Amino acid sequence: MNLSYKEVKRDTAVQASKPFPKHRIEEWRGKAYVYVCILVLIVTIFSIVYFIAVRGLTPFVSGGVGVGEMLFGKVWDPDAEQPLYGALPFLYGSFATSLLAAAIAAPLGFCAAIFMTEMMPKLGRTVLQPAIELLAGIPSVVYGFVGLSVIVPFLRHTFPGQGIGIMAGSIVLSIMILPTVTTIATDALRSLPSGLKEGSYALGATRWQTISRIILPTTLPSLLTGIVLGIARAFGEALAVQMVIGNAPHIPDSLFESAATLTSIITLSMGNTTLGSAHNNALWSLALILLLMTFVFVFIVRLLERRAKR
Amino acid sequence: MIEIERLQLYYGTFHALKDISLSIPEKRVTAFIGPSGCGKSTLLRTLNRMNDAIDGVRIEGKVEIQGQDIYAPDMEVETLRKRVGMVFQQPNPFPKSIYDNVAYGPRLHGKRKKAELDEIVEKSLRAASLWEEVRDVLKKSAWSLSGGQQQRLCIARALAVEPDILLMDESTSALDPISTNKIEELTRELSRNYTIVMVTHNMHQAARISDRTVFFLNGQVIEAADTETLFSNPADRRTEDYISGRFG
Repeated sequence: MNLSYKEVKRDTAVQASKPFPKHRIEEWRGKAYVYVCILVLIVTIFSIVYFIAVRGLTPFVSGGVGVGEMLFGKVWDPDAEQPLYGALPFLYGSFATSLLAAAIAAPLGFCAAIFMTEMMPKLGRTVLQPAIELLAGIPSVVYGFVGLSVIVPFLRHTFPGQGIGIMAGSIVLSIMILPTVTTIATDALRSLPSGLKEGSYALGATRWQTISRIILPTTLPSLLTGIVLGIARAFGEALAVQMVIGNAPHIPDSLFESAATLTSIITLSMGNTTLGSAHNNALWSLALILLLMTFVFVFIVRLLERRAKR
Repeated sequence: MIEIERLQLYYGTFHALKDISLSIPEKRVTAFIGPSGCGKSTLLRTLNRMNDAIDGVRIEGKVEIQGQDIYAPDMEVETLRKRVGMVFQQPNPFPKSIYDNVAYGPRLHGKRKKAELDEIVEKSLRAASLWEEVRDVLKKSAWSLSGGQQQRLCIARALAVEPDILLMDESTSALDPISTNKIEELTRELSRNYTIVMVTHNMHQAARISDRTVFFLNGQVIEAADTETLFSNPADRRTEDYISGRFG
């Protein structure tokens, strides 16, 4: 009571003596700093989007390439006399590798998360979680190298084909996105109200019944978020995939046949084209498709988060 | 009904329940009272072995329910919990529909037929005096109910597996007075068919609805008697001090 009275008094005294008290200036300085940072960020993001859009739209606007021709064309031959810009093989390659990678990583990630939260929390926290998080820190070129020297030969000996292809890419990607899926799933399982689990156990449920009927359905939106983020990461990964997929621009008949993705074809061809050429602009179109897909993934994650909150 | 004999419980090195011997009568409401940390909730949770999952808990002594040692090695904890239902302090309905919440237990234990489940759901909700309020919205999420309704849903959910005993762990402490009143009335009614053991912080609640009251202090049973006797004529000085509000 007494204290607040004194404080008020001091405050008014300061205000009376100076037109701009010190804390006002501090406040203004802090605000200005934050606004400048935000402005830089926004300008950067918009410039990137603008640049990619302008470059990527050029083939459609002035290059005489139809949108349908690019999205559904099966032949990519930009250096021919009659250049063809069919990106369907790359779209197919990107979707196939990333979805297959998610299909491999999701069950592994969920089981790891359940093991770490429900079965062996101590071992999970001290050993397994750091180990899985370590996977996130390994450079993608190392993944690609390991994939090329271990997974590709293994696939070559086990299945018909040369080993390179969508399967090899998916396996490499699935290990790369495992940390994302596992970490998000673990967080979701840990944040589950303990009352739900207790309520289930108190009704005579076994641990497995509680996991399958309460824990998984309740955390499903968060688990899906993890998967979508994993797919987004896999979709954008270039180097590791490029090293094991073979980079043949056609739609493969099997998972063990050379294929290509949007990212791998961009990194491969970018150096061989000049800025502003038709071929180069077509690559920007592929980049634009990648960007739009990223937006879609972000949108899906947002939708899932909203569902998780309810 | 429930016979507890020389029960000791340790959390690691902490001796939480000291040499407890107690018998809890059938189809009566027994209230555990005492200050926070006196072990009353811990004892309640030994009755359906909810302490099993906690790290470092060690139990000695004997707990028998209808002559069966519930800590015997051949005792299946799932079977025990089917017979000893529990309602928690915070209402904890599952994020499912009202119907699925009540049907959860029966489904766990192998009931699949829709007609049979329908009947159990209605019976349980009626027993928890919630049926009239939710009969038209059974498909709605249980989380859309009010706190008091959620708690009665949790009671219905516990009743749906047809237990003999119902444990209530401060089940009204998170509720408003009107909902509390409803749960209290319900508890009285249920005691005709079920053995009820409740932990409460509220002495008046114990006095209002229990038949027997057990007073705990520092992990020991100080006094166990008929509620009327315990409140009007306590045998132990410490009981008297507690119920007259001199501590705790």
